[in-house]
Amino acid sequence: MFRFIVRRLIVTVPMVLIVITLTWGLIRLAPGNFYSTDKKLPPAIEKNIRAKYGLDQPWYVQYGRMMGNIVRLDFGNSLKYETETVNDILKRTLPVSATLGVLAYLIALVVGILFGTLAALKPNSKLDYVSMALAMLGISLPNFVLGPILVLLFSLSLYWLPPARWNGFPSWNLVLPVLTLSAIYMAYIARLTRAGMLEVLRSDYIRTARAKGLSERQVVMRHALRGGLLPVISFTGPALAILITGTVVVEKIFAMPGLGNYFLNANLNRDEPLIIGIVAFISITVLIFNLLVDIAYAYVDPRIRY
Amino acid sequence: MSEERTPQVPTEQVPNEEGRPTRAVADSDPALTPRGTPPAPPVRPRAGDEIHAFPETAVGEGDVRVPEGAQVVAGTSLWKDAWKRLLKNRLAVFGMIVVAIIAFASVLGPGIIKRATGFEYDTIPADSNLVRSFPPLTAPDGSFSWTHPMGTDSAGRDILARVLQGGRISLAVGLISTLVSLIIGITWGATAGYLGGKVDDLLMRIVDVLYAIPYMMIVIVLLAFFGGQSPLYQIFLLFAALGAVSWLTMARIVRGQVISLKNQEFVLAARATGVSTPKIIFRHLVPNALGPVIVYATLTIPSVMLSEAFLSFLGLGVQAPYSSWGSLSSEGIQNIAIFPWQLIFPGVTMALTLFSLNFLGDGLRDALDPQMRKF
Repeated sequence: MFRFIVRRLIVTVPMVLIVITLTWGLIRLAPGNFYSTDKKLPPAIEKNIRAKYGLDQPWYVQYGRMMGNIVRLDFGNSLKYETETVNDILKRTLPVSATLGVLAYLIALVVGILFGTLAALKPNSKLDYVSMALAMLGISLPNFVLGPILVLLFSLSLYWLPPARWNGFPSWNLVLPVLTLSAIYMAYIARLTRAGMLEVLRSDYIRTARAKGLSERQVVMRHALRGGLLPVISFTGPALAILITGTVVVEKIFAMPGLGNYFLNANLNRDEPLIIGIVAFISITVLIFNLLVDIAYAYVDPRIRY
Repeated sequence: MSEERTPQVPTEQVPNEEGRPTRAVADSDPALTPRGTPPAPPVRPRAGDEIHAFPETAVGEGDVRVPEGAQVVAGTSLWKDAWKRLLKNRLAVFGMIVVAIIAFASVLGPGIIKRATGFEYDTIPADSNLVRSFPPLTAPDGSFSWTHPMGTDSAGRDILARVLQGGRISLAVGLISTLVSLIIGITWGATAGYLGGKVDDLLMRIVDVLYAIPYMMIVIVLLAFFGGQSPLYQIFLLFAALGAVSWLTMARIVRGQVISLKNQEFVLAARATGVSTPKIIFRHLVPNALGPVIVYATLTIPSVMLSEAFLSFLGLGVQAPYSSWGSLSSEGIQNIAIFPWQLIFPGVTMALTLFSLNFLGDGLRDALDPQMRKF
């Protein structure tokens, strides 16, 4: 187990480096500059700006400096929000995105596993067809269509819920964005649970459990779920990637000051330190999550040994 | 032999003059039978035989009898079988019909609308009183009218024409990016699978590494920094970027298929007759791996279209004067409280298309690949 973790970490480090290098390379190869967006600057001022941000150095010096900063987890100052460092912005925006993401994933887990299991227990029943059709709808309906429709319905017509803006953790403002974000997870998890459970329910150890006289409830809850949920666990890795694209849209729609919103704006503002900071932070998080998922997998499935 | 498309079943069925299949000559060739076993007696088909889909499982002459005088059943191929299974799946047929309708409407619709009402997707009415958003099926004076079945947007443009024009772009992005991903994925996966060993290790390790990357962030960076020069260039950038990030699963699928196929006799035969490696891969192995590839490609189209819509929604994808379902939704959302039809029509058209494509893909998987079926 320990060797497996070490080996995975050794692979992880170059992955993060590749992502950051790719991002940095794209930014540097792109035509134009962050300061040349409006009118043309006098050469002296331009020279000063280039010197201030180290742009007059050869590219390998700049690259080395950036990588050195990342190793020390110091991403420098944002170009757009000049009074804040990238770390300040990460600290401020991460709680917003994390709250949305964690809540959405938890709700999706509960609802998705519940309906996936119910559908698998009675395949081809009405409940099965309805929940799988809804799941397909959840996968097909883009969240930027679902979100506004929910707002239209619950905020602008029924006046039940606030339509947008961040208002701290336990607040009604979270309901609509979290629902919008969780729809696609719910759909995937329900489909994965159903497929996994159907396979497990036909296996020998379930027949054994039934044969020794366990109640159906115990068979499902204690024996089948453990095996049937394996696909759901391995989905957690890709789920994080979906979360990142999902939060960009949901935070934009609901005007949430989260990581995704800042990432999008950083790109539109050509705010290089902020982009690099967020990309580095997210790739590290994703890769650590993938590692945790693999470890969790080994704990749940006794057949897997590393 | 090497010039022919390799068959699905290892033993070839060669139709004779009457058009009934006989077993291939090679099967009874003594040179190919294991030493010590007498060559199997030739099996001659007669009227009344049921022809097996897999001749090698036939027991002998007149394997399965049907009453004299009954019609000989034509040999069914994998593809015919799959087609029959697909037609039995009601949801998949529904998906196929909806996708066909939307595709036809997108291709032909804008022309028809121009003939009927004079509106193109970017026609802004000359009368400034009309430059505002009318609800669906409503004339400027509030009475019923067929001129704008989906209403008009804030500039007075016909939403139906814009949705259909957007459909062209969205479908084109879906198809072309999937094609790009097919080309990269098939080449990559087939090469890794066929060559095996160190090459396989290296190629698949690269795929593993790329899998873990949150690639959408990089696509956002790419489009934000390189885009915005001209609308057409932006669309080409989209094709390339989305194709370049969606080939990974395809490579894995093709590799798996190729590994399971590469030790079969027809590959050995091809190699023995001196066919070059690239030709073996693309002429012999890839056509036989097409089933799962088609299934996965069908499911890639909606996911690429969703990514395109997502990027266009953020303002990084398709840009004016072109429109896609994503960029139309993005325009619509700004006026959602007053003019909800501006969002609902493009959004629902897109959701319906993705819904149908997903059902079609699921149905194809069930039909072509019964073992992979998710019950």
